[in-house]
Amino acid sequence: MSDLAAYESAYITHEDVIGDVAGYRRPYYKTQPEYLYPPYRSTIKRAPTRSLVWLPHTLSEITGPVFGYDDVKPDDADLTRQHSGEPLGERIIVSGRLLDENSKPVVKALIELWQANAAGRYRHDVDDHDAPLDPNFTGGGRVLTDAHGNYRFITIKPGAYPWRNHYNAWRPAHLHFSVFGIGLAQRLVTQMHFPGDPLISYDPMFNSVPDDNARQRLISQFDWEGTIPDFAIAFRFDIVLRGREQTFTQSTRS
Amino acid sequence: MSLLSTPSQTVGPFLSIGFSALAVDALAAEHPGGERVLIHGRLLDGDGKGASEGVIEVWQANVHGRYASPEDPQNKPIDRAFRGFGRVLTNADGEFRFSTVKPGRVPGPGGTSQAPHLAVTVFMRGLLKQLLTRMYFPEEAANEADPVLKRVPADRRHTLIARRGADDALHWNIVLQGEDETVFFDF
Ligand SMILES: [Fe+2]
Repeated sequence: MSDLAAYESAYITHEDVIGDVAGYRRPYYKTQPEYLYPPYRSTIKRAPTRSLVWLPHTLSEITGPVFGYDDVKPDDADLTRQHSGEPLGERIIVSGRLLDENSKPVVKALIELWQANAAGRYRHDVDDHDAPLDPNFTGGGRVLTDAHGNYRFITIKPGAYPWRNHYNAWRPAHLHFSVFGIGLAQRLVTQMHFPGDPLISYDPMFNSVPDDNARQRLISQFDWEGTIPDFAIAFRFDIVLRGREQTFTQSTRS
Repeated sequence: MSLLSTPSQTVGPFLSIGFSALAVDALAAEHPGGERVLIHGRLLDGDGKGASEGVIEVWQANVHGRYASPEDPQNKPIDRAFRGFGRVLTNADGEFRFSTVKPGRVPGPGGTSQAPHLAVTVFMRGLLKQLLTRMYFPEEAANEADPVLKRVPADRRHTLIARRGADDALHWNIVLQGEDETVFFDF
């Protein structure tokens, strides 16, 4: 083989392995909801009815958008300072770590938060719950995790609110979280609940997760260390995203 | 494995409060070169009705076939002005529209090359976890050998390929259920 041919074949081999990426681990048995969960009625007309097609994770799924300080300003993490006055309600601090299943912190990751106000009303045209809006509360925020995967929001505790899923249906107080990991396959939207809320066990969304241990990961913990005297009580909510599989291909490249 | 993932939950009906700030409907606002495309579509539920308050997130490579991500090891040019991320909310009729540039090809498994495609994530009320699908381009010879399209039953492949309309825009609906149900991936 000529030098050039040897070079080209080596190069082609290298190009070949670029596409053979180590994917993300698939969800562990019963730890994620299925699309169809009839007790949550809206799933009936929205869950896919035909077989899903198994997708090998490619470069398209192990890469993902990168966000920075142009997208997120430091004030975006404090939902109590977005208006001229302070919102009504119980001021709280919500913090935690963003990790993957391999216990690796996910750094500089975007976390978005949205929620109802203290009366259980969203600032949204579609929300017709007969509870007052708060002129000093919008209910949206965002933050980037730090070098250790930590994030921290200041907000107010949202109220419970009714919904039309079934007779006398109430959502437990919750915060909506949207999380971008490193790869598209890690993308996660979830909800955080508050410990001791009696409405949690009646909630079809919460109950859509088959595994009880997995469900408990949707409930934050009261955080005495994070609680600040004369200012706010704190809750801790760690979020875990999928972890990468370790493969031979991966280890030869990195 | 030492930890298990946090379960997914629905975005609910009020997601715009959280998602609007970082909505992007012009992915290539600063034109990075390549073929510009306008994409129109509708998100349709099991009754064939447009689903409002859904969010469509797009992730794509640049015109050279490189992702703006440190996880992409390819030695191809990066466009600083092109992140490759789009996010649009559906309107009251379930419609969405965004503009971008057609991406280049990226490597696939086993030495294959993937046809130009957009990775598309869908969140909405009634979805307990996101749907993941792909949009491929019409009149594209590379679709034939695409390693992902090959996994899709032949009679369903058309649901992943946009149509070019008389207006020259690309039309692509996301159909949640029924006859022309879009192919969604188990990922
Ligand atoms: Fe909610």
